[in-house]
Amino acid sequence: MPEREPGARLPERTTERSDRRSFLKLAAASAAGLLAAGCGWDGGRFGAVLSAWEGPNTALQRLLVTGRRSREYSEGRESGRMPQYFISPRVPTVDVASWRLAVGGSVAHPVSLSLGDLMRLPRRTIRVRHYCIEGWTAVAEWTGTPLAEIAALVRPDPRARFVEFRSFDSGYWSSWDLESALHPQTLVAYGMDGRGLPPGHGAPARLYSNRKYGYKSVKYLTDVNFLPVNTGGYYERMGYEWYAAL
Amino acid sequence: MPRRIRFVHPLAIRLTHWLNAVLLLGLVASGLQIFNAYPSFAERGFEFCCYPFAGKDFPRWARLGGWLGGGLRWHMFFLWFFLLNGVLYLAYVFASGEWRRRFFLPRDLGNAWQMQLYYLRLRREKPEQGMYNGLQKLAYTGTIALGALSVLTGFAIWKPVSLPWLAVGLGGYELARFWHFLAVWGFLAFLLVHLFMTLVVDREATRAMIAGPYRERVDA
Repeated sequence: MPEREPGARLPERTTERSDRRSFLKLAAASAAGLLAAGCGWDGGRFGAVLSAWEGPNTALQRLLVTGRRSREYSEGRESGRMPQYFISPRVPTVDVASWRLAVGGSVAHPVSLSLGDLMRLPRRTIRVRHYCIEGWTAVAEWTGTPLAEIAALVRPDPRARFVEFRSFDSGYWSSWDLESALHPQTLVAYGMDGRGLPPGHGAPARLYSNRKYGYKSVKYLTDVNFLPVNTGGYYERMGYEWYAAL
Repeated sequence: MPRRIRFVHPLAIRLTHWLNAVLLLGLVASGLQIFNAYPSFAERGFEFCCYPFAGKDFPRWARLGGWLGGGLRWHMFFLWFFLLNGVLYLAYVFASGEWRRRFFLPRDLGNAWQMQLYYLRLRREKPEQGMYNGLQKLAYTGTIALGALSVLTGFAIWKPVSLPWLAVGLGGYELARFWHFLAVWGFLAFLLVHLFMTLVVDREATRAMIAGPYRERVDA
């Protein structure tokens, strides 16, 4: 855009200037008010817009995430210190001998697996970096059965587009899109760092993948359900993202 | 008081400027809320070299979202519009040729130096300049570099598994997160000077960014 002629003058328009000035003062005051009220604000009525935004945001993420594999570390990479998270007041425990993993929903052949059954299925060990939604990371090694192996066993109905994971940790649950759940690096893990899974990390078996944030990796597993509907999750209901892919 | 028009900020630039101001403040405030969930840069079980304030929270008034989940939702909402606004601004600035009088180029180095001498009172007369002097160009172009750094480091820490080369190229996830955080302080340092210059030193500049024409005072 060309600059205006250097000699051109603007007439003084005092009324408009003062109007503009008072408008600016009002704007500044309301902005300050908004800011003061806005601190710690969860979005209020705007929260609906933020929730609605999760749809397109998930679509964008799928483009970035689909088909990717996590980088796996070699044996030499030292494990960090994974903190223990559960929502119960104390570490949830169960009698391993009577514990079963019920796999069902819209499937041709529902099964109930003991820990021994699980360990007889094809096994995989991955050493990966865990990314927490809080911002920290830690490397750990996980051993278990790829969920895809369990899916092959129960044969989900084509209508089942979601997988729900339930636990004995005060009802904690989450659910995944089928594609991410069947990824070769998504495990039902019963081992960690070369030992059995510790109680603080979800014994006897837990879901594990570092391709989604930690709250998606349900510990203390009791049920895996292949479902045609999205059943959300514990943290998702509070406002964490459902897709949550890294 | 006689004034003459020295230049005009086109509408596209004024709109993207003010939209950017809102989006950037929102991104910083929601970003500080996210940071508070783990106000440190160390990998679990390791030390981090360069952040002495680990464990210290940012005050409530500086945060947006109320909790980690809320902060993330705001951040994820603002970021796409921040990116889009930045792309539209750059497209306009290059298509219109505005970049020539706005962006810092190697030939502006001399003027920036002379201007610095003038501000330090080591030079008596103000050096000749176009719309912006060399220091202004440097500062404004610097914010575009900061914007690019924020977006790049932001993607690195948002998708470290799917875009691993990005975090690796920035020195790993922890460092990428640190650069993302430092960009915030770059923006805030700029903002401090920018507000002083446009609200105290030369208020006509603020008027120009709202209304368009920059009316220079003519001593006559």
